[in-house]
Amino acid sequence: MPTLTAKKSKRPPVRASGRAAPALIFGDLWEFDPAPETADPKLKARYELFIDGQFVAPASGNYFDTVNPATEQKIAEMALGGAADVDAAYRAADKAQKTVWGKLPGRERAKYLYRIARLLQDRAREFAIAETMDNGKPIKETRDFDVPMAAAHFFYHAGWADKLEYIAPGRRVAPLGVVGQVIPWNFPLLMMAWKIAPAIAMGNCVVIKPATNTPLNAIKLAEIFQDAGLPPGVVNVITGPGSTGGLIMAHPTAAKIAFTGSTEVGKVILRSVAGSDKKMTMELGGKAANIVFDDAPLDQAVEGIVNGIFFNQGQVCCAGSRLLVQESVAERVVAKLKNRLRALRVGNPLDKNTDVGAIVSRGQLDSIRSYLDIGVKEGAELWQPPCRLPAKGFYMPPTIFTGVSQSHRIAREEIFGPVLAIIPFRTVEEAIEKANNTPYGLSAGVWTDKGSRILKMSTELKAGVVWANTFNQFDPTSPFGGYKESGFGREGGRQGLLDYCKLV
Amino acid sequence: MLARSHPAALRRLFDEVGTVDCVGVEARVAKYTTRSIKKASKLWGLKTAVSMVDLTTLEGKDTPGKVASLCRKALQPHDPALGVPQVAAVCVYPAMVRHARKALGRDATVRIASVATAFPSGQAPLKTRLGEVKAAVADGADEIDMVINRGAFLAGEFGEMQDEIRAVVAACGRATLKVILEVSELETYDNIRAASFLAMRVIREGDFIKTSTGKTSLNATLGNNQVMIEAIRDHYLDTGISIAMKPAGGIRTAKQALQFLIAIKETLGDAWLTNTRYRFGASALLNDLIRQIEKEKTGAYQAPYYFSEATESY
Repeated sequence: MPTLTAKKSKRPPVRASGRAAPALIFGDLWEFDPAPETADPKLKARYELFIDGQFVAPASGNYFDTVNPATEQKIAEMALGGAADVDAAYRAADKAQKTVWGKLPGRERAKYLYRIARLLQDRAREFAIAETMDNGKPIKETRDFDVPMAAAHFFYHAGWADKLEYIAPGRRVAPLGVVGQVIPWNFPLLMMAWKIAPAIAMGNCVVIKPATNTPLNAIKLAEIFQDAGLPPGVVNVITGPGSTGGLIMAHPTAAKIAFTGSTEVGKVILRSVAGSDKKMTMELGGKAANIVFDDAPLDQAVEGIVNGIFFNQGQVCCAGSRLLVQESVAERVVAKLKNRLRALRVGNPLDKNTDVGAIVSRGQLDSIRSYLDIGVKEGAELWQPPCRLPAKGFYMPPTIFTGVSQSHRIAREEIFGPVLAIIPFRTVEEAIEKANNTPYGLSAGVWTDKGSRILKMSTELKAGVVWANTFNQFDPTSPFGGYKESGFGREGGRQGLLDYCKLV
Repeated sequence: MLARSHPAALRRLFDEVGTVDCVGVEARVAKYTTRSIKKASKLWGLKTAVSMVDLTTLEGKDTPGKVASLCRKALQPHDPALGVPQVAAVCVYPAMVRHARKALGRDATVRIASVATAFPSGQAPLKTRLGEVKAAVADGADEIDMVINRGAFLAGEFGEMQDEIRAVVAACGRATLKVILEVSELETYDNIRAASFLAMRVIREGDFIKTSTGKTSLNATLGNNQVMIEAIRDHYLDTGISIAMKPAGGIRTAKQALQFLIAIKETLGDAWLTNTRYRFGASALLNDLIRQIEKEKTGAYQAPYYFSEATESY
């Protein structure tokens, strides 16, 4: 008959005394040679604004530099758009919407979207490299995720354009008019696609501003609009500083504004348009909980944790920046995670073997560093894998904090960098309580072998997306958006399209 | 009675060693295939892979002459000027061990491995299987590749399965043991992980676990290789006992071999990047490795007839 003591010795015998604790060696026995992506990104020395189907100089005549964060070198000069340019863009968009685009049947609009998607696929490598240079994210991400996913959004919405009469059963839909959009620097090209594709599929015209740090592919995408023969004024791209974004958001011609970025800026925008009748969608910050239960497949969970917080250097609004891990497996998960991080390759983003690239700007790097100081000062334990960072450029090694509790600032505030706060929990209820104990609610992850628990968690977690046994998976057919201070409105899928139309 | 039924036994084992998510594993290994290995690192990988090959012929039509020529190829896979190393071992049926020993000589640096225990099915009485192991060792085999009792595993008779492995360990004496799980017959990643642990707990440091016989429809894949090396890693970190790994069957190109080595580098680390800890059970692979080495050195691909004949068994 089995006794309690017999049951205890489930594990194999402990190692012989005197022997060092077993450890894995992730050294340089087989160091990979550099494997840089070498295709030509086809860059110009200077880029203009894209208004009414033409590339035009900014009214002010001023330009600003866009910088490669991996080398700190200037890539190109970008036009600095101001109030006069924004006015011109809105005039062009309004005219196009009323005279051409809004009158075109959906099946005709679809042809343009299909053409844009295909042209983007044709030039995928060029766009991937330009994206990596401008943003610092690894080429393997731009090549395998950003560019194909951007094309997928145009394809998906092209498919909708001639089927819009079925999108709201019993109702007819009509475009809103001109839409003003401001997008962030973390997925420069993909956010262009997320914003533009549904808007123009529905018959709206667009005035859009890419982030100040990453304007390159936005204006290169305008080249594709031109090549696709998109009627002038349907999409207008204004590059420039944050203040120009403010002008786009507050412009009286805009029937709707759409913003993706920080919660802080989102609040400023909301105040600026208070009292107007603009429709709005906001996709803001996040502090997602990635919740690992003790019955989860741990190695795959570790992979999901890595993908959750170190994808795009953690500069993702839905990043799994809080790891909630069940007490009984916490130690094991952290040990596995550390071994996994030691095998990550940090460095030149243009190298095909790089897993973690550069942070977008010095300002962002400084902000992340200040959070590391705060975490250490508040008593959490910091760990980084040993890695050789390039001498120039804005790099941050993957970082994890253990010994974190809910009251730590690193567990409450969005860091927007490769920094993971690990918080243990004991029961399902505690996990839900902790996961929801945040002003944000964009995404969450649940790792467990138990299906019923996944269903329970996905109901109770206040997050726009709940991933089960995976993390950071995106698809144009799936609506994406937040609860609470993570914003409102959805992007992608049928729900995303409904945010770009009025029901009549 | 319920608790003794095999699903319950498997369930308990999964609880103990942990489960595997199929989608997650395959997403993980897909990343290995996007690694770009160039120049000196490629050459190092190719040569290391050559040194890890168990050059294999396992056919009914094998003859002493064919085994002798296999041994010759193992000792000198290609023009010595190219710096191609010797392979790790030749792998033959037990009846061919003495011919291989004769061809290689007493003090050969290439080891002789033999598939014993009623390979590939294992469906013979234990006494017969053990007799086969002892005969192969007596004839000069340095390594024994055994198959596990898949029937016992799937029926939840883990004790029986482990006792048989223990008996083979004893019959091996000083010979290294490789335990073939035959992953295609275990059906799921959960089962592959569980069977890996059962085997590792009864074999010795330096013994191997091996994916497959090469005689079924599905052989070594990056996925089942990953599940097994993660089990080896967990076992090592728990006990300090390092178990070696051998994927076999289906690895035919140098590109595949490099992907398997990348999996090792990123999962088990540098200590496993050696032929005492990692092997490839293969035959056609060797010539593709040499072809790629030649290309790295000369910048041009050579026609197949520039390389001595490959054995095409698996």
